Amino acid sequence: MSAEAEPSQAPDGPSVVEVKNITRILPGPPPVTLVEDVSLDLARGDFAAVTGPSGSGKSSLLYLMGLLDRPDRGEVFLQGHPTSAYSDSERARLRLSVIGYVFQFHFLLPEFTVTQNVMLPMRRLGKLSESAMTQRAGELMEKLGIAECRDKRPGQLSGGESQRAAIARALANDPAVLLADEPTGNLDTRNSEIVFQTFAQLAADGERAVVAVTHDPDMAAFCSRRIRLVDGRISSMT
Amino acid sequence: MHLLFDIALRHLAGRRRQTLVSLLGVALGVGFFIAIAAMMQGFQTYFVAKVIDVSPHIEMRDEYRKPPPQPVESQYQNGLVHILGLKPKSEPRGIKNARAKIAALSELSGVAVAPALSGQVILRYGSKDVSATAIGIDPKKEKSVSNLERDIYLGEIEDLYATANAIILGGGLAEKLGADRGATLTVLSPVGVVLKMKVVGLFTTGIVAMDNFQAYALLKKVQVLEDRPNVVNRIRLRLADVNQADVLARRIETRYGYWTQSWKEANANVLGIFVIQNAIMYSTTGAILVVAAFGIFNVISTVVLEKTRDIAILKSLGFNARDIQATFLLEGFVVGLAGTLVGWALGYGLTELLATVEFEIEGFVRSQGFILDYSPAHYLIAGATGLSAATFAAYLPARKAARMDPLAIIRGAS
Repeated sequence: MSAEAEPSQAPDGPSVVEVKNITRILPGPPPVTLVEDVSLDLARGDFAAVTGPSGSGKSSLLYLMGLLDRPDRGEVFLQGHPTSAYSDSERARLRLSVIGYVFQFHFLLPEFTVTQNVMLPMRRLGKLSESAMTQRAGELMEKLGIAECRDKRPGQLSGGESQRAAIARALANDPAVLLADEPTGNLDTRNSEIVFQTFAQLAADGERAVVAVTHDPDMAAFCSRRIRLVDGRISSMT
Repeated sequence: MHLLFDIALRHLAGRRRQTLVSLLGVALGVGFFIAIAAMMQGFQTYFVAKVIDVSPHIEMRDEYRKPPPQPVESQYQNGLVHILGLKPKSEPRGIKNARAKIAALSELSGVAVAPALSGQVILRYGSKDVSATAIGIDPKKEKSVSNLERDIYLGEIEDLYATANAIILGGGLAEKLGADRGATLTVLSPVGVVLKMKVVGLFTTGIVAMDNFQAYALLKKVQVLEDRPNVVNRIRLRLADVNQADVLARRIETRYGYWTQSWKEANANVLGIFVIQNAIMYSTTGAILVVAAFGIFNVISTVVLEKTRDIAILKSLGFNARDIQATFLLEGFVVGLAGTLVGWALGYGLTELLATVEFEIEGFVRSQGFILDYSPAHYLIAGATGLSAATFAAYLPARKAARMDPLAIIRGAS
C-alpha cells in the first residue's frame, strides 16, 4: 500500500484513488466534523456505493476524493500521487483530466446544446481537434442513449435525459475516477436503474473507478463495493 | 471560437436588453466625446492657427513690464525698502533707437521684422464717431510679418502709397461706420490733429478684435496724426518657427528691456479658457463613461449572481479561478468594445451632423457654423477610455465570481 504513495510509481498502478486517514472539520463555532479518519482504496473496475444516513459525510468524502475540498488531516492519492501539495490551479487541472463529477442536479449550462455541454471539458483541456471533439461527444451520447437529444437545449430534456447528458459530460475527458453525488436523487425508478446500469458498465470496462453516493439500497445493489458511513466514519466496507 | 469567449458571449446574449443598454451607455459616452472634442478642438486649433497666421508672432512695445528699480532698491536688495511719493521719470514715448533695434533683430535667422506706430483715434463718418486703433505700417515690411496683404478683400496694400492719406479699415469697423471703399473719413487723434483720410481697402481676418477695431495707414501718416515724427512704438516680428516665440520674446525683452509679448502671452486669456474648456469636456464625457461603467457593473454582477451554479459546475469540471475571472472580464470587454465601435460611428455621425449646422457666430472669431476637427486621436482617446472603463467595471464582479467556492454552491443546491 505505502509503495503506491510514491510519485515514482507508474500512474497506471491498480489504485486510482486512495484516501488515507483523512479528516475534514468545518471550522466552527461549533466545528463540525464531516469526515473522520477515513481510509479506502479504489482500483480501476471498482464500482463503489457510499451509503449512510443523511449528514454522515458521504458527499463530503466524495468532494475530498474529487479534489473539490482539502482534508484537514490525511492524504488523498490520485493514481498514486499525493495531492495535498498541489495548488488550486493544479487541482483544477486534475479535475479536468482525471476526475468526472455527476451531481444530484444535472447543472448543464442552459445556453449550450447538449453536444456543446458534453464538449465543454474537452474544449477546456484542448487536446483534441474540433472535429474529434464533436465525434467523441457523439459517441458518448450514443453510448448513453441520448443521441437524439444532441442539438437540444438542457431545458428541453427530461430529468433522465439531463442526468445522462451530465454523465456524458463527466466522461468527456475519459476520467480515471467518476464521482456521482446522489445522481438519481431526482429520478424515477426506471431512470435511476438506467443510470446505475450505465455506471456498472462504465466500471466494468476496467477503464475507471466509479463511486456513487446513494441512500437507495436498491441502487447500492448494483455496486461491486459498498462503503457505509456513520457520523463521518466508515462503519462497514466490502 | 475560444471557449471562454464563447461562454461570455452566451451570457451576454442571455441578458440582451441589459447588455444593450450598457453598450449604448458606452456608445453615448464615446460618441459625445468625439463630437464635442471635434467641436472644441476644431475651434481651438482654428483660433490658434488664425492668431498665428494673422498677427505678428512677437510684438515689442514702448512700455516696461515693471517700473525701473530705484537706486535705493538695488543698493539694499534684501532690505525692506518702502519709497513714498515716488514720481517715475516721464520719458518720451516710443521705442528708442528703433532703427538700430530693427536692424539688429533682422539679423536673426528665420525672423522678419517691421516697425509700427499704434495709437487710438476717432473715426468720424457722417454722424458716426467710432474709436479705433490706427496702426501705421511700412507696407513693404508689413507683408513679411503679417498676412494683412492676403486679408485685404477690397483693394490692395499698395493702395496706401497710391492715394494721399489712405486708410484700410477692418470689415467690421467699416460696417459700424457705414463707410465703404472710397469714403472719406475724418480722423481725430487725442493730440488734436485732424486728417481727412480716404478708405482704399477693407480687410477681414476672422478675429473679431482685429476686424472691428483696427485700421491701417502708412507709418508716416500715423506719426503725423499722433504728432510723433519718426517715432515707432511697436516692433513686430514674425518667425519661421512659431514655437520659438516664447523663448525669443524673453530674450529680446532681457536684451532691450521693452515689454515684448509672444502670441501666446498676448492671447493667454483665451488660451487659458481653452484649458478650462478641455477640462470641462473631459470631465463631462468622463462622467458619462462612469455612468456607463456602472451599467456594465450591473449587468456583469447580475450575470454572476444568476450564474452561480454554472460557475460552480465549471469549477468542479476543472475550470480554474483565472478562467472564471477571464470569462467575466471578457464580458465587460466585449460590451466595451461593441460600445466603442457603435460610439465611433455615433461620434462620426454627430460630427457630420454638426457640420451641416449653419449659423453666424461672432465671439473671438467669426464663422458660419461649427469649426470641426476630425482627429483620429479623439477616437483613440474615447475608445481607450470606454474600453478600460468597461473592463474595469467588470473586474469586481469577475473577481467575485473567481473567488466563489463551488462546494458551498453545490452543497446549497442539493
